[in-house]
Amino acid sequence: MDLRRIDQIIDNHQAEASSLIQILLDIQSEAHWLPKHALERVSERLDVPKTRIQHIATFYKAFSLVPKGKHEIHICLGTACHVRGAKQVLDTVQQVTGIRPGETDLELKFSLETVNCLGCCALGPVMEIDGKTHGKMTPSQTAAVLKQYD
Amino acid sequence: MSRIHSPAELENIRKRIQSERDPRKTCITLCSGSACHASGSREVARLLIEEVERQGLSQTVDIRRTGCHGFCERGPIVVIHPDEICYFHVQPEDVSEIIQKTILGKEVIDRLVYSDPQTREKIIRESEIPFYKYQVRTVFGSNGSIDPKNIDDYLAIGGYAALAKTLFTMSPEQVIEEVKKANLRGRGGGGFPAGSKWEGSRKAPDPIKYVIVNADEGDPGAYMDRSLLEGNPHAVLEGLIIGAYAVGAHEGYIYVRQEYPLAVENVNQAIRQAEEYGFLGKDILGSGFDFVVKVHRGAGAFVCGESTALMTALEGRVGEPRPKYIRSNIKGLWGRPSVLNNVETWANVPLILNHGADWFIQFGTEGSKGTKIFSLVGKIVNTGLVEVPMGMSLRDIIFNIGGGIPNGKRFKAVQTGGPSGGCLPEFHLDLPVGFDELTQAGSMMGSGGMIVMDEDTCMVDVARYFIEFLTDESCGKCVPCREGLRQMLKILTRITQGKGREGDIELLEELSETAIEASLCALGKSAPNPFLSTLKYFRDEYEAHIREKRCPALYCKELIAYYIDPEKCQACMICGRKCPARAISGAKGKIHVIDQNLCTKCGTCFEVCPARFGAVRKLSGVPIPDPIPEEHRTIIRKRSEQ
Amino acid sequence: MTEFTLQIDGKQVHAAEGMTVLEAAQAAGIAIPTLCHHEKLEPFGGCRLCIVEIASRGGFRPVVSCVYPAEPGLVVQTRSPKIDRIRKMILELQMAHAPDAPILQEYAKEYGADPNRFEKEASFCIHCGLCVRYCAEVKQKHAVGFIDRGIRKEIAFVPEIAARECWNCKECFPLCPTSYLQATYVLTESMAFPRGESASR
Repeated sequence: MDLRRIDQIIDNHQAEASSLIQILLDIQSEAHWLPKHALERVSERLDVPKTRIQHIATFYKAFSLVPKGKHEIHICLGTACHVRGAKQVLDTVQQVTGIRPGETDLELKFSLETVNCLGCCALGPVMEIDGKTHGKMTPSQTAAVLKQYD
Repeated sequence: MSRIHSPAELENIRKRIQSERDPRKTCITLCSGSACHASGSREVARLLIEEVERQGLSQTVDIRRTGCHGFCERGPIVVIHPDEICYFHVQPEDVSEIIQKTILGKEVIDRLVYSDPQTREKIIRESEIPFYKYQVRTVFGSNGSIDPKNIDDYLAIGGYAALAKTLFTMSPEQVIEEVKKANLRGRGGGGFPAGSKWEGSRKAPDPIKYVIVNADEGDPGAYMDRSLLEGNPHAVLEGLIIGAYAVGAHEGYIYVRQEYPLAVENVNQAIRQAEEYGFLGKDILGSGFDFVVKVHRGAGAFVCGESTALMTALEGRVGEPRPKYIRSNIKGLWGRPSVLNNVETWANVPLILNHGADWFIQFGTEGSKGTKIFSLVGKIVNTGLVEVPMGMSLRDIIFNIGGGIPNGKRFKAVQTGGPSGGCLPEFHLDLPVGFDELTQAGSMMGSGGMIVMDEDTCMVDVARYFIEFLTDESCGKCVPCREGLRQMLKILTRITQGKGREGDIELLEELSETAIEASLCALGKSAPNPFLSTLKYFRDEYEAHIREKRCPALYCKELIAYYIDPEKCQACMICGRKCPARAISGAKGKIHVIDQNLCTKCGTCFEVCPARFGAVRKLSGVPIPDPIPEEHRTIIRKRSEQ
Repeated sequence: MTEFTLQIDGKQVHAAEGMTVLEAAQAAGIAIPTLCHHEKLEPFGGCRLCIVEIASRGGFRPVVSCVYPAEPGLVVQTRSPKIDRIRKMILELQMAHAPDAPILQEYAKEYGADPNRFEKEASFCIHCGLCVRYCAEVKQKHAVGFIDRGIRKEIAFVPEIAARECWNCKECFPLCPTSYLQATYVLTESMAFPRGESASR
């Protein structure tokens, strides 16, 4: 992401320090991660210490300091999905992809995250891939669903 | 849309909008909340619009994409007015039939209509379906009538009349009196009287004040706020503006989880449209009152639902809570008096101002007035969002409205209040829902998540699950929470793995006391609740795990084994083929045997064994029978005895 | 500034508006244990060791003295069976991380805390935050900060800033109760400082 675009995003929020999180959300959603040079620019222009940015970038789950894979898998571990067997679904996904939550595989194909409730409890257990919701998942179905993504 | 300059002008515009809408005109409403989206309602909507046009019906048939209807288990939901014909599980393939048969042919399509699970009776009208019949949908009911992206729909049902009445016929103090009289208690979890909170801020001498909407709904399994904000954002906005007037605030914030992109989109659009009409901005409706509101997205932190942490996040910092010794309605955001209330709390305000406190208090119990929206999820037949008067029993909610437990399983517990709440067992089913009633029983109302659990749910694992959730979501600042939960998680995990020891329960209780007495914020203080309530009501499960290395619910992987009963196995090969670990040996006509060394306990064999055989069993706390000798594994497939 | 009195452990103690209970107690020579408190820094309220009880509605309720404002007529007790239990547990939890820290060992003796009650944790940081706060509030260099949250929370240096500033300062080093700070600094220096810059000048 080039500096010009970063500056635009910062200007959209009037370079206010209190909008720090909103600015980082915009950068994350466009670049799919928070590159170091982006954080340095934000620190400079908003006049906030790097330690604050580094804490915010690691405290909030929406941010990633490393590039994400082509397909982002979100497994819901909310209570309703948990009670309907989400853990078994997660175990199977880990088996098939070879990665654990928070990781991205070496080919940068899949990134895996657990989330704490997507609000689609009627469809639980829920697996979301690239924003598409797959509901009523069972361990036996997960391998088939993942094969659809290349 | 042009600016409205007075209440009289507002009423004229409202009358015009209403006159342009014929209630007898056919209107197809389609639920477009996030869950129905996930079930395909977007595609259904596209095809409906296409088909209506193709049939030349665009002038005679309206299509309205509304917010969540609440019966999420049965989505996508279509309700056709004026006859209130309710169709469930509508798929793209059904669209042309709906237009042909129902719109043009005036016929009802049987297979899409609700069918009572017991009597098989067909119920066509939405309001007669048991799920809806027993609810009192004063707040949530409007979702079915409005397109959240169109402010005129909200005006058509009387929207912003409460605001006009407030600004022109009531003083701020009178508004606060009305809200106090209604005894509106916070719907986000704390149950704090909203009127008192507002009064505290009103009286604070600081000229700059804030009002905040807490839409950070973090309790897993709770999604009422999302559906309310997505489906009826103006109700929340109207309540917020009224509150701002009462408190003396001119700036407001709506803090929404970024995991709710549709809610963010709809509330932003609602704000733009409200600004166009002049319900927000300077000199609202010509009253002289100014108020603006901004949307702030969360970034994925449960702790930011705690009010002081939320305010810290609004300031652009990490969501670390502040000590509550200085109340935030006196010193809150930027050190100014700040009134923070939950989405549902704000949505109740226009109703109270329109109908009066006396109307509001007719619902509910002595200490809990009005209605509450619950998300009824988990092991329940009718998953969805339900709104009931306070005081309805858990039994009525779970069985009359919720339809009971699916698959013939037995009810075990209902969990309310999210990670801060507790589990209530069968003998509490007749408890009336209310703030104090639930707290006294060892749980709490919380934001309204109601998770139903059956005989297959391990209560020790439930406690472990919530503690694990909180070790991740804790801000990590104070020792009793960060370190206390760290150790509690270790102990509970060991117990679920069969490595529990005598003394574990007592140590967990000690750690609980420290967290309750010494934590910085409510997250830490209430963290032990799921453990304490499951210990209170299901102590036998803890003891079975620790002393017998047995999981009574047959859930904890390290304590169970999957076993194929040789008497029941019909050697159909289905489990063998599906087993991801290739742990099942056998062939057609040869009884299948699971190699316990290879088995990963994924449960696939249990899932796929045909119900008429039911040969796969889960064992716990008993020795696994040795595999029968090879020579005895051949069977003759029994002919079906039907 | 208004002055008033409050009662701590039966003794009448003088305080002024804006003081915390801890400050009032310390001024009167009453000892309350602390880990994250420092007179040059804003109160943190993280370790909870300075917890005391105040009289309230016929009983006592616990409050954290380093952040609780001193008020006229407040009745405080700094020791009780409950306070001692909580302090003992806090010390035991901390000693799972840093059993060798002198101040923890000293307090452990006083409160009968068992340093081996919990299995040892990998990190010997006790999250007092003294290093982070000193660098931010006193030196205003922001060379070290917190990262992440919950049980994964840690301190981390910003390598570019640390490489520039720390060689000439290190005022935070003596503040660290466990020496975890020094260990982190050395690790950061050897692994992450920008090439061409190091502490040895």
